[in-house]
Amino acid sequence: MTPTPRPLRLAWRLLKRDLASGEVRVLLAALLLAVTAVTTVGFITDRAERALGIEANRLLGGDAVLRGDAPIGEAARQRAAAPGLRATETWSFNSMARVGANLKLADIRALGEGFPLRGSFTLADREGGEGRIADGVPAPGTVWISRAGAQALGASVGDAVNLGTREFRLAALVLQEPDAALDYFNTAPKVFLNLADVASTGLVQEGSRVGYRLVVAGEAAAVEGFVRATRADLGRGQRLETIDDARPEIRNALSRADRFLGLAALVSVVLAAVAVAMAARRHTRRHLDGCAVMRCLGASQRTIATVYIGELAWLGLFAGLGGVAIALALQALVAGVLGRVLGLDIPPPGLLPALQGLGVGFTVLIAFAVPPVLALRQVPALRVLRRDAGAPEASAWLAGAAGIGGLAALVWWKAGSAQLGTVVLGGILGTLAALALLALGLVFGVRALRSRLRGAWRYGLANVSRRAGSSVAQISALGLGLMAILLLTLVRTDLLARWQAELPADAPNRFVINVQPEQVAPVRDFLREAGVRNPELWPMVRGRLTAVNGEAVTGASYAERGGRARRLAEREFNLSQAASFGSDNTLVEGRWFTEGATTPEVSVEVDFARELGWKIGDRVRFDIAGRPWEATIVGLRKVDWESFRPNFFVVGSPGSLDGYPMSHITSVHVPAGNANATNELVMRFPNLSVIDIEAVLNQVRSTADQVSKAVEYVFYFTLAAGLLVLIAAVTATQDERLLEGGVMRVLGANRRQLRLAQLTEFAAIGLLAGLVAAIAATLLSGAIATQVFDLPWTPDWRLPAIGGALGMLAVAVTGMLATRRVVATPPAQTLRAIAG
Amino acid sequence: MTIDPSIQLPPAAVATVLEVSRLSKRVALPDRVLTILDAVSFSIARGETVAIVGASGSGKSTLLSLMAGLDTPTEGEVRLAGQALSTLDEDGRARLRGEHVGFVFQSFQLLPSLTALENVMLPMELAGADDAEPRARDILGRVGLGERLGHYPRQLSGGEQQRVALARAFVARPGVLFADEPTGNLDTTTGQAVVELLYGLNREIGTTLVLVTHDERLAARCARRIRLAGGKMVE
Repeated sequence: MTPTPRPLRLAWRLLKRDLASGEVRVLLAALLLAVTAVTTVGFITDRAERALGIEANRLLGGDAVLRGDAPIGEAARQRAAAPGLRATETWSFNSMARVGANLKLADIRALGEGFPLRGSFTLADREGGEGRIADGVPAPGTVWISRAGAQALGASVGDAVNLGTREFRLAALVLQEPDAALDYFNTAPKVFLNLADVASTGLVQEGSRVGYRLVVAGEAAAVEGFVRATRADLGRGQRLETIDDARPEIRNALSRADRFLGLAALVSVVLAAVAVAMAARRHTRRHLDGCAVMRCLGASQRTIATVYIGELAWLGLFAGLGGVAIALALQALVAGVLGRVLGLDIPPPGLLPALQGLGVGFTVLIAFAVPPVLALRQVPALRVLRRDAGAPEASAWLAGAAGIGGLAALVWWKAGSAQLGTVVLGGILGTLAALALLALGLVFGVRALRSRLRGAWRYGLANVSRRAGSSVAQISALGLGLMAILLLTLVRTDLLARWQAELPADAPNRFVINVQPEQVAPVRDFLREAGVRNPELWPMVRGRLTAVNGEAVTGASYAERGGRARRLAEREFNLSQAASFGSDNTLVEGRWFTEGATTPEVSVEVDFARELGWKIGDRVRFDIAGRPWEATIVGLRKVDWESFRPNFFVVGSPGSLDGYPMSHITSVHVPAGNANATNELVMRFPNLSVIDIEAVLNQVRSTADQVSKAVEYVFYFTLAAGLLVLIAAVTATQDERLLEGGVMRVLGANRRQLRLAQLTEFAAIGLLAGLVAAIAATLLSGAIATQVFDLPWTPDWRLPAIGGALGMLAVAVTGMLATRRVVATPPAQTLRAIAG
Repeated sequence: MTIDPSIQLPPAAVATVLEVSRLSKRVALPDRVLTILDAVSFSIARGETVAIVGASGSGKSTLLSLMAGLDTPTEGEVRLAGQALSTLDEDGRARLRGEHVGFVFQSFQLLPSLTALENVMLPMELAGADDAEPRARDILGRVGLGERLGHYPRQLSGGEQQRVALARAFVARPGVLFADEPTGNLDTTTGQAVVELLYGLNREIGTTLVLVTHDERLAARCARRIRLAGGKMVE
């Protein structure tokens, strides 16, 4: 066995002995908590992201997809034929599909051999039949149709399906396709055929609008090479999608969640660091005598530093490994829930979050524990003779710089940018400073109160104001944790409940779409008979943005305005026309439509216009089913989306869209438990689709609930860290408390009186922390209510009561446990200590 | 400094206020048993002043802690104010101390979070007295600190702190006052002044004074001396 170097062996022995004393246990617990908080969050978000990566592959049908509005060129095909890659192609376009007498505009997808390279189609051989995984693409001469599409077309497996000039046989129904997009308004039937059959349909001619895709999959390095080379050589109208571009809404949400939860976990790390600093300081003071003896016996400064830093290193290693182990257990509990929420298979945890957690543990240790411990090097040997000689303190500059530097490094790393990191660090320190100021005021208030109390009560309360600095640290640390929890529980549910109560009871909860022009009058009559007072139906025309002020635009033209602008510009618009607008629309700039305008005019939703940089007077051109439509922007309006009525980003002047293929949309309120009205509507008009907004809202609400639960759990780490600051503070004053407890016993205090004094002190600290938290939560909730929800600010009087009670309970239990030794020590022992 | 002659002596419940019989204290070490106190017996009458003297390690402090019920003996018995300490539990002994015993320590042991006035009030408040404040004000006035009532220990000099400690010790008019090297942390002049005050208050209140000291001059002012050596009574 290789012998451990002597100072490290000494450090190991020192740690074993020190573990019996309080402050090292606090140090260990604080580091453990910091590592656990960061690693748990890291494990969970890492697993969710990797799950999404796998899912995204399936959604693309491959590892990378080159899309274009012209056939993919030879250069790209050759790159896709490189060793280690597989490739195939798909084409997509719109065309009418006919089954018997039923004719519908369909989304046609022509699939090359081998598609999909990732994921699979799930097919059924008859309506209501069991799903099976497809073993290829449709055989030549056959098609597959989406189940909903087959219903709309009235088609059954085996029926003849006409596309263009060719007749196909419907071979299967598609239950699930690999690259389905979430598009509620795209209700057109989807028809899949073999790419080799496209030519025989005669549908793709010169000038046809076709989306071409080259799908590539294979070894990671080969895919990366393909992506790099293709990205450098993108042609006009071409776009390269990798898994990073897939499902951007979920990916963005996850990356924000990772950043947010990571930063929330760092709040616990900041508080744990305060506990580490307090414990390390006391640890140093306790070792002054031992160091003096070591110096006396000839130990060099370097040996002393190695021994004590070595002890910290051992401690950091144990705390790090322990924290990672606890995090592994915690994330395993969460992974199951997460899988259900995201609807994904969650892959096993990776190594990176564990390494990051260990890194955080050691950063905290180096920034907060090493500076005070380093001061031990300066203990003079004279101290063995004169105890008052030399009690060196760590350089305040060194400790401050190391602490702030360490925190800044952690926050910058988690925030992903120095700017956001600085804002967050400033936010955390600012909140703590504000809480500390509030706490200081309350601590001074306590001073005035104590003259009304007597005996043990007064002694307990006097301790709060005597150790004002320590009390303020404890109150602010605990206050921060309690504030976060109050905000996430009481304030959140209260605000949401109030916001929902503000919504009109008869707000529409169903959208009815796909109403054909000839059905507008009968549907309106039907709704009137069903009790809807003034049924309004809005025309809806789907168009793609092609030019602004005469200049051709694509999504890429908006790339520099950000991902959202690009996506808005790329997707198909739902356009409408109207003579007037409801009360949920307010004119912000420009004018409404003028009667008898000769050229088409549009009114645009103001936020949307700002996102795309559109202004009054701009001319916007759309492609509607192959025909251009151009209009001038005359007004910008603000829309109250909470009205839940159909509203459109772009609305044309009355009559301007006449003659273009159009369907209508309306919204109705269906009382809870009365689904009959919409069922009858669909039976009467089978082509209509009813979208249950309430179900969508419920889904959104439940996701929001789960996300805020996750944040709430992360802030329990913060509360635990706040309690650790309390324990560190109590441990730091343990000697004083023992002595004073002993003196009180000598003066005739019994156990009950001593415990009462301690209870008074801790209950007061807990109450003050609760009050500080409640005041801060009330102010913040006021800001959220008025700024975000547009609700009047009504302070919630439950907050101080619940905050105070929660604070008192948490602190009293922790404090009483931490000080039980004071009562358990016989007064004679104290007296002996006093006698010296 | 004048002492108010109207202060009442404590009720003469028992003539012998402290009785120590065959008191021993032994502690087990890994290799042997160490005898700190070995079968010490004596009794102290009400109003007596007794100095316990001896070299360092002679068992003085152990004897003091056993007499005050702060520790339990291995053998023997202590009767304080007529009550056998072995019959009382920890809280019972604390109550007995609250009612009959005052303490003065070498290092004052004032509670730093309380003002001078609050420190003096504390033992009476712990005992449930209603008139703690006027009595504390009164005695602090008599030890010359009437103007320093609201000051914290850290704002007082060593001599002033010990005067507060004396006031705290005498305010409840204890039957017995235990003083452990009361001048050990003071310079000669201040120590002298504190000793004068201690004896003055003691004479007036008629408290039984048990003084642990290695200062022979201080011990000489007591009516009786008990000398310890190696845990045994030698005088």
